[in-house]
Parts: sequence; C-alpha cells; structure tokens
Amino acid sequence: MSDVTTAPPDEPEVEAQEAVRETPFWQRLVSGSSTWIGLILVGLILVFSLLDPSAFVDSANFRNIATDAAVLLVLATGMTYVIITAGIDLSVGGVLVFSGVVAAKAMNGAGGNNWGVIILGLVVALACGMAWGIFNGFLVAKARIPALIVTLGTLGMSLGAALVITGGVDEREVPFKLISTIGIGRAFNQIPWLVIIAFSVALVFGVILAMTRFGRYTYAVGSNEEAARRAGINVDRHLIKVYALQATLAGLAGFLSLARFSTTTIGGHDTDNLQSIAAVVIGGTSLFGGIGTMLGTVFGVFIPAVLNNGFIIVGVQAFWQQIAVGAVLIGAVYLDQLRRRSQDQR
Amino acid sequence: MPEPLLEARGIVKNFGRVRALRGANFAVYPKEVVALVGDNGAGKSTLVKTLAGVYEPDEGEILFEGEQVTLHSPLDARRLGIETVYQDLALAAELDAGANMFLGREVMRPGLFGKLGFIDKQAMRVQSREVFNNLGVALQDTTAPVATMSGGQRQGIAVSRAVNWASQVVFMDEPTAALGVVQTRNVLDLIGRVREQGLAVVLISHNMPEVFEVADRIEVLRLGTRVARFRRGEVSMEDVVGAMTGAITHDGEEHHR
Repeated sequence: MSDVTTAPPDEPEVEAQEAVRETPFWQRLVSGSSTWIGLILVGLILVFSLLDPSAFVDSANFRNIATDAAVLLVLATGMTYVIITAGIDLSVGGVLVFSGVVAAKAMNGAGGNNWGVIILGLVVALACGMAWGIFNGFLVAKARIPALIVTLGTLGMSLGAALVITGGVDEREVPFKLISTIGIGRAFNQIPWLVIIAFSVALVFGVILAMTRFGRYTYAVGSNEEAARRAGINVDRHLIKVYALQATLAGLAGFLSLARFSTTTIGGHDTDNLQSIAAVVIGGTSLFGGIGTMLGTVFGVFIPAVLNNGFIIVGVQAFWQQIAVGAVLIGAVYLDQLRRRSQDQR
Repeated sequence: MPEPLLEARGIVKNFGRVRALRGANFAVYPKEVVALVGDNGAGKSTLVKTLAGVYEPDEGEILFEGEQVTLHSPLDARRLGIETVYQDLALAAELDAGANMFLGREVMRPGLFGKLGFIDKQAMRVQSREVFNNLGVALQDTTAPVATMSGGQRQGIAVSRAVNWASQVVFMDEPTAALGVVQTRNVLDLIGRVREQGLAVVLISHNMPEVFEVADRIEVLRLGTRVARFRRGEVSMEDVVGAMTGAITHDGEEHHR
C-alpha cells in the first residue's frame, strides 16, 4: 500500500518517530485562548498605570480591585464548570442571597460572637446552596428541562424564598467577629482574607478541573454528552454534581458577602448571574461546552474589575465600563465562533 | 467450524409498533471478519446495538462462547470484551486523541494523588500513541483536539479505541460511510490488522466491493430476519444483493456447515 497516511504494519517502530507528534508546552501556552485574555488584562493594567501611575499603581488600589472581585470570582469558579458542561446557571444571585439570609438567621438564632457560630453560619450557607444546586441538577439531568429555564425558575424561587423569610427587610445583624476577620481582616496586614479565600477556591477547583477525573468528565459531558454516556460515564450524576458544586460555591459567596457587607444585601445581586457568565465567557470558556480554563476565568473576572477601577481613576465616567465590558464579551464569543468555524471546515 | 464466539438466536425487538427485528439470528466466529449486510431498515443497527448491550431484546437469546448472557448495558458487553465503533464515532471533539481513547477508563496517578482522583495524562498519552502506531493510525499531533482532525483520523481514533479495549469482538457500524477513497483504503487495511491481532470483526456495510474485499463471511438481514449467509468466494455480488432485496432466500445452516 503506497498511501502516505498508513504505516506499514510490519515496521511500526520506524513510523513511530514521526507519525505522532506532540505540541510543545510553550506552543500550547501561546496558542491558548486564556493567554490572549491574560495579555489583554496586562495591557489594560499597563495603560491605566501609564495614564495615572500614582493613583492606579498602589497597593491599596490593587487591594480594592481584588476585594471587589472576590465574591464574583467564587461565583465564576462554579460557573466555569457549569458552562464547560454546555449548561448555564442563572440562579447564582438568588442562591447567594438565600444562603446568606438563612446563614444570618441561623447565626443570630444561635447567638454569640465566636468561631463556633461563624462555622455554623458557613455550614448552613454551604448546605443551602448545595440543596438548590442538587435541585437544579436534578431538573436539568433527569427531568431534561433546559438549564436556562430551570435556573431562571430557581433564581426567582430562591430570591422569593429569601424575601419571604426576611419579610423583605435585610438582616443586618451579623456576628462582629465574622466581619472583623473574614469580612475586612487582612493576612499579614496586607492581603484581605476575602481575596485569599476567593483565590484559593479558584486554585483548588482549577486544579480539579485540569488534572482530575472529575474535571475530565466535565469536559467530556460538555463536549459530547452521548459519547460520554457510551463511554460508561454516569452523565446525569455528573451534571447533578456540577450544578451542586456551582450552587455550593454560591452559598459560600453568600457567606463571604455577608462577612464583607455585614448585611444580607437582598437587592444587590440581580446581575450576579450575568456578571459571572460574562467573566467566564470573556475568559475563553465556550458556551457550547467542552472548552475552558480556570485561569481564563480569573482573567475574565479581573478585566471588568480593572476597567471599572481604571475608568474611575482616570476620570472617565464609570458607566463606560459597562459599554467596554459588553464589547469585550461580544468579541470573546465572536472569537470562539471563528475558531469553531475554522475547525468545522476540516 | 468451531463454536460461535457470539451468537444471537431469534432476536425480536419492537419500537412501539415498528418491528425492527423479527427473530433475527446472527453468529460471529473467533478471529474472522464477518459482514452484516442489508438494505436500509433491515435491522442491522438494531441488531448490533442489541449485541452491544444498548438495547435489550424483547425476545430471543444471546450466547457468548456457547453460554447464554444478558446484556443490560454497554458495560456488560464490554466486560465480555465486546466493543463497538458507532457510526457517529462517539468521540468528544474538544478532547485530544488520548483522552478519547481512555474516556471513562482513565489511568489514575499512582499513590495518594490517584486516590484523590488525579489522572495520569502522560501514561495515557504514551499508551495511546503506542496503539495508534501499532494500528498504523497517523496523527500529526496527539495533543490536538479531535475536532481539528480529518474524518479518516477520527475514524482511526474510534477504531483504535475499540480495538484497544476489545478482547473478543469489535463491531464497526458503517466505518467508511463518510470517508474519501484514501481514508476508506486505510480503514479497510485497519480492519485486516485488527483481525491479525486475534479479534473478530463485525462489519456493518452496504458497500458490496468493500464487503467482498475484507469479509471472510457475509450474513444478510432483510426485514428484521437473517435471510442468507455466505462464505466469501462461494458467492457472487449479485447473489448477496438478491438476498438483500428479497430475490433470493436461504438461511442455509446446512449450506453453511
């Protein structure tokens, strides 16, 4: 047989050298979409630094940016998993508020100002989130209702339930120890605990996504659900786990928000879902599933945060930030489309 | 003729009012390439999915090495060493070739990391490269997503995966249907190499020249039952086509033996 793509079966060693190559690590790094997003972020930081070095390049300013982005980063971490499975979760803001409300009620009910109460509140917040997530995941995976509809429904349900519990009035009592430590405390008097927690969450779940079987299945389910099923992966159970993870992280975000603002901020999370989806998509994760990295999500969270902060500092109306983020979002999705189109032409 | 490796007897499968299989028989012998041919709607894919554990038959029995078996899921078939290359290939396009090869059967890292769920990407890459080389499947880049590869390469990956995990039988559902001339050539060569590795291959096809080139035997399905079986060399293409279309019928057990 004289065709070029088939190695003769009797001499596989000869072909082995050249038939199969691997792209070197640095080349994958350069061509990866998260690298480009990272460069855009670096570029933004450079531009603002040049425009106003004294105000922008300042540890207090960077601290502000990171603190503002911390809660969103926790939400976006979970959203990365959900979107990689080709799903979506609109309920995060509602679940965040619900978890915060129930956790505040629980802490105030137990009373006291010590770590025991704080841990109680954390566990309650995580459990509330997880319950909503299992509900979401069950409806998506087993009842086969589109995730968009399921989570739109649970967004309203969780937010409504929070309003019913509180009578529409924010819960303003939070143990002071929680505020003074997690809320506004800093490690070594420098790095806010909120930021450390948020980055740790992103790091841990980024490693899980990239290096474990759980992560591999997340990509596989989003890439080709039927192929995953036929490969023996329990797709339904995996989807339930992913939605449960996202909502549990929303519960954690609710707890962090409680610590930071010392109130339940019921009315302040209407756009959390869109912000976290935007961050994930800007970070190179594909809405069609199967593609995405946690590093990209981190960049995607910080691009809007840096834009917002930079515009204020250089004296541009902050409203421009919304316009700029919208443009970046559309650009990111367009790039994803282009890449898919060029692949489909094969 | 030795005992069949895998045998279907009197399989009936209905989908609502559609009678896909009406008492179909089928047999695969060790280390042979058997072609399962039939017109569209003859029940080929249904029969294969029944033998691969995707469907449970309404009636009839499946025998593996002479013993009756029940296949509740593809995993049951897999445990017997039966793998299937589906027509749509069932590859995760965004994952690389090695990841697809080991999908659902990942190699874990040794020690504590493995227990924590960490997968050994390097080991999987090396092992899959070996399989591709042995089967002569040429991939330019094993770390590239499958989506960037040609139809023939994807077929090669799907076949390699099935061959790597099968210990007894590989089903291939229309493996050349979407391929060009050169790629079809490669897949047919690949089928020969799979047989050399000691596996039985069931080739589902209605491309007669292909069937006559690679198959040792031919079994013909028509309207959900087996209507004929032939050995290669004992039959003309016209006879096979006649059996497919109903012009000729002989499910000759006696002819066969």
